[in-house]
Amino acid sequence: MPRTPGADLPDHPDWLWNSPEPKHSYDVVIVGGGGHGLATAYYLAVNHGITNMAVLESGWLAGGNMARNTTIIRSNYLWDESAGLYEHAMKLWEGLEDELDYPLLFSQRGVLNLAHSLQDVRDSKRRVGANRLNGIDAEWLDADQVAEICPILNTSEDLRYPVMGATWQPRAGIAKHDHVAWGFARALDRMGVDLVQNCQVTGFDRIGDRITGVRTTRGDIAAGKVALAAAGSTSVLTDELGLALPIQSHPLQALVSELLEPVHPTVVMSNAVHVYVSQAHKGELVLGAGIDAYNSYGQRGAFHTIERELTAAVELFPMFSRAHVLRTWAGVVDVTPDASAIMGLTPFENLYVNCGWGTGGFKATPGVGWCYAHTIAHDEPHPLNAPFNLDRFATGALVDEHGAAGVAH
Amino acid sequence: MTGEYRLAEGGRINRDRPVRFRFDGHEYEGFDGDTLASALLANGVHQVGTSIRYGRPRGIASAGPEEPNALVQIEEPFPEPMLTATTVALHDGLVASSLPGQGRLATDPDPARYDAINAHCDVLVVGAGPAGLAAALSAARSGARVIIADSDTEFGGSLLGSDEELDHAPAGRWIDRVTAELRATPEVTVLPRTTVFGCYDDNYLVAVEHRGEDTFTRQRTWHVRAREVVLATGSHERPLVFPGNDRPGTMLAGSARTYVHRYGVLPGHRAVAFTTNDSAYAAAVDLHDAGVEIAAVVDVRPVATTLWTARCVERGIQILTNCAVTGTSGTDRVSGAQISPVPSGDSAPTVASELDCDLLLVSGGWNPAVHLHSQARGTVRYSEEICALVPDRATRGVRTVGAAAGTFTTGECLRTGSEAGSAAARATGFDADPAEVPSSPSGPVTPPQPTWLLPGLSADSDHDQFVDLARDATVADVRKAVGAGMSSVEHIKRFTTIGTAHDQGKTSGLLSSGVIAELLGVEVAQVGATTFRPPYAPVAFAALAGRDRGDLYDPIRVTAMHDWHLAQQCPFENVGQWKRPWYYPRPGEDMDSAVLRECHAVRTGVGMQDVSTLGKIDVQGPDAAEFLDLVYTNKMSTLKVGRIRYGLMCHADGMVFDDGTVMRTDEHRYLISTTSGGAAGVLEWLEDWLQTEWPHLRVHLTSVTEHWATIALAGPRSRDVLARVTSDIDLAADAFPFMSWTDGTVAGRAARVCRISFSGELAFEINVPWWHGREVWDALYEAGSDLDITPYGTETMHVLRAEKGFPIVGQDTDGTVTPHDLGMSWAVSKKKDDFLGMRSFSRADTVRSDRKHLVGLLPPADSAVVPEGTQLVELSELPEPPVPMLGHITSSYRSAALDRPFALALVKSGRDRIGQTVYGHVGDRLVPVEITEPVFYDKEGNRRDG
Repeated sequence: MPRTPGADLPDHPDWLWNSPEPKHSYDVVIVGGGGHGLATAYYLAVNHGITNMAVLESGWLAGGNMARNTTIIRSNYLWDESAGLYEHAMKLWEGLEDELDYPLLFSQRGVLNLAHSLQDVRDSKRRVGANRLNGIDAEWLDADQVAEICPILNTSEDLRYPVMGATWQPRAGIAKHDHVAWGFARALDRMGVDLVQNCQVTGFDRIGDRITGVRTTRGDIAAGKVALAAAGSTSVLTDELGLALPIQSHPLQALVSELLEPVHPTVVMSNAVHVYVSQAHKGELVLGAGIDAYNSYGQRGAFHTIERELTAAVELFPMFSRAHVLRTWAGVVDVTPDASAIMGLTPFENLYVNCGWGTGGFKATPGVGWCYAHTIAHDEPHPLNAPFNLDRFATGALVDEHGAAGVAH
Repeated sequence: MTGEYRLAEGGRINRDRPVRFRFDGHEYEGFDGDTLASALLANGVHQVGTSIRYGRPRGIASAGPEEPNALVQIEEPFPEPMLTATTVALHDGLVASSLPGQGRLATDPDPARYDAINAHCDVLVVGAGPAGLAAALSAARSGARVIIADSDTEFGGSLLGSDEELDHAPAGRWIDRVTAELRATPEVTVLPRTTVFGCYDDNYLVAVEHRGEDTFTRQRTWHVRAREVVLATGSHERPLVFPGNDRPGTMLAGSARTYVHRYGVLPGHRAVAFTTNDSAYAAAVDLHDAGVEIAAVVDVRPVATTLWTARCVERGIQILTNCAVTGTSGTDRVSGAQISPVPSGDSAPTVASELDCDLLLVSGGWNPAVHLHSQARGTVRYSEEICALVPDRATRGVRTVGAAAGTFTTGECLRTGSEAGSAAARATGFDADPAEVPSSPSGPVTPPQPTWLLPGLSADSDHDQFVDLARDATVADVRKAVGAGMSSVEHIKRFTTIGTAHDQGKTSGLLSSGVIAELLGVEVAQVGATTFRPPYAPVAFAALAGRDRGDLYDPIRVTAMHDWHLAQQCPFENVGQWKRPWYYPRPGEDMDSAVLRECHAVRTGVGMQDVSTLGKIDVQGPDAAEFLDLVYTNKMSTLKVGRIRYGLMCHADGMVFDDGTVMRTDEHRYLISTTSGGAAGVLEWLEDWLQTEWPHLRVHLTSVTEHWATIALAGPRSRDVLARVTSDIDLAADAFPFMSWTDGTVAGRAARVCRISFSGELAFEINVPWWHGREVWDALYEAGSDLDITPYGTETMHVLRAEKGFPIVGQDTDGTVTPHDLGMSWAVSKKKDDFLGMRSFSRADTVRSDRKHLVGLLPPADSAVVPEGTQLVELSELPEPPVPMLGHITSSYRSAALDRPFALALVKSGRDRIGQTVYGHVGDRLVPVEITEPVFYDKEGNRRDG
């Protein structure tokens, strides 16, 4: 019988992870069992030899933004600070399948960031130039070259906002988000790290400004160090400490179509005609929308955002007109004033913070893990995450990625 | 057409209208009123495709949107990927083919139209089965505005698939009567073929109406804001998990009944019914009465109900209680079912008999369609009684009734529906009583026996026991997930992909929860279910894009002079939503030569530009001056009436985000201008501060951009041209000084004329009401014709301002640039107590001396223009990456006045590097550029007075 291409995904390993009861004490407790929390625990174990550690997750492991993103991986960011971190992540992605011995379906199919106005063109060329000088693969393509790479894209001049060209990062691509999380989780489980699900952190134990543990729905847990990796919930957690974090949470919606025969060879992102889209391994189109304007922790958004997204999709890809929306959902993006993350020390001893990744969290996952682990182990930021300190909102040394992020926020 | 599988009479099909269609290359005939599935079954076609992972033959399993198997690709007349044969209405010329799991997108453009409609109502009823119809009737009779929508082509819901009687007459009569009354009620909107697929906050529901291929609009998206909602969305029958449960010919029992009653189709000739509940008995009896031989009803329960036992005995139908189907045989269609007594404990079942059959009816109970209830943030709970999820806590204004609420007898559905309809109408202020409902003979329904996994089967059979037919996921897959350590239903769904197919788990969702519960040894309630997400059923991208495509994707804004520009055949630049002339090429000219000519004309003669697109906001109120002092970096309260001041706006971080002129027109009134693309953002920003931070300020803002047509007249001869069309304005430099405005008459029309200049030349900005714009433009053009007055576009404007070192916000700034970085400290007040951004100017990073500054750049005089966006480096040879960057080129042009290329750039410590050479990284080359002051032309500003 004929088999549908892409119908078969690689098999998962026979064993993934245990669900142990939390112990009373650990050297390090990581709050948040998403991609970042798991990757951080992984590199703490592998790079720094720390395994008396627990990752606490309030729900099911990697069930937050890790389970809800559109899986795009790229490192073509404008500013040196961002490029450094995302490119470090990219290099780790390139070896991660082997390292974790897990099929992550990491596919370097390239990403096109479209330009639709003269200013888009200027900004794009500027970013390509910066990327190349930073050692990141990047090219500027004119509309004809864009059409060669992605023939189904409407590059005609009659578009309301014609495609005037695009930046192209060949090493960019997609990976299967769940597999990434599970790959880390399995490795952690093997190294004896406790992955504790359904364990919500409700507060901190402290002596003065020194954090000594966490209170959870499954009892108090003492910890040498506490590292927060809870995205938008981070500010809720630190509220009790009187530590206000400059993050705002918004819904960010995405959707998938039915499974379709392969038509879309790469990843296309457009800020002006707002949509980003790839075709996943099984054949479904995966589309991301613009951010919902209002603040919310609800993992659902407003319908007009979906309509706007699909308008953009059929505008750029006329062929998608007859595809069907199967499922929509939302993640919660935590956005800082400069659209860059916060990662580093806090005013509290033994408490570390990693949040504010906005739309960039998934692609940064291994890079975050690497640098955050370093920060926790050495009580000092890794050079790559030093610029992403909390102080910058006081000093003004921002890393303003509004123009370079996937969505305008 | 009647045949082996089509009954000679009965059903709701129109036998006078045969319909020819093709499926997988074969010609068939059906009737109007058939679905593709019923027509295929009528032709004896059961197998519709093969399964996605294992390529196993799969048949039609249901009669509705829950169909997990029968996926088809529509080829003609309107190509569409992946629909279920059970929801495709048969029509002439239909050509369809089977799908092995992946649909195919047509390459031809979609010629159809799609649109959207907004509707408000008092009561929205979703579903037009017995509960929904009764609800709508109650609400409608009260005078409330009612919308009733149902996915199906006709109303009636489950009644269409049975021979039930209401008031001792066929139910169809009641359906027709109620539907007719609803249609005749003025405040009622009746929407068949309309799937309500999303339920959002505050009773905002979204539906798609399938209007048909021959209508002007193929599909229409309904946005309904309902004060009250009644969800009467029915239920989906659940299949059973047993070895070989995927063979074509295996069908949900209720669906088989629907094929008989609604379509006059026999889905087989000899059937076995395998059930955990009563409903399959009704199917067996009805099929028997229609001529199908019933080999046996196989019931896992130890005892069958008396009523159904009696009915079966009457007909000679064998009932095998405490038995299960533990295997099937057949290739492309089921040919036999192995029957075993349900073993007790862990002992393996022994096959007691094999019954020949070509149809295997299954019923594992019914899942209320709680999708919309759940989307609305209502909670669900697992009901031990009906072995399914039922609505628990409802969201305000949402009522769920009928089968969707777990009510399975027609009489109760009618009664609760009627009551919900009147309660909903009452909640909106109407005096509604429950409409009287017809009597229904249906008796009580006994609960099903929870059956998820048959006991005692060997692990070998796991691979043949399908949990999600659409994803080809078996018990083995679930067992593997559980064995890998997973216990969350969310993890297992992702591991096995159960519930992620086109049907989003309508038949497999709870079934998989049950299987998981058994494998984990916990209660189903503990396992729960995954989240119900919109859409309830797949919706075409195009239907949601609606009319907002092509030119309607985003409004096109044009000025009063747009037709004139069009007549010049000039290329346009998109600036925000505006179309702005980019340059005006004369025959034979390319962009470069046109722009050089235009620049030369403005510097030596006179040019004119349509600048109507600049945003204009009318700021009025006693506190207008105080307000503007807060939002601009410089002081606007000291501006005198009649005068104009340039101003910068910064965000709270001290970074420039817009600029423009501020004109004081009265003590309490200003007219401020913004960038063309930034107008809406500025208004929003100002309103944000006014409404949230400074509500005490008495200020009102009005966008007046489109009230005005604005013409810039620039160049040493501009005064001469203007003088020819105005008599009441003294244009002398001392009478009408730079940065002032006056009202007067231009070309016979009332005008407000400003002395402002973005080119550095003597210039006037003439504002007239929009509807006089073209006339005044023509008059100026005519008046300047002997001076070769030259219309110029945005490109020339950009070159001229760059020669003067005037930045363009958004091009020479990027949200990281302060006024000081731009060399515009003169525009930042040192006297004001506060303004937006002020505090940030004293931050450690903002007071750094090595920030990037806006400077000029001169490449070698004979070189080409260095591309905008080019990065600048310090060294003449590139080291290995990462290479430190100094900044980038923001604007770059060839200057007609200087006869050389020049550029503006943001450069680290730029002002301290003036005179130094740095390098632009262009392609693989490094181009030397000299850093200069940003003002290249008329540094002293001598030209502005002419």
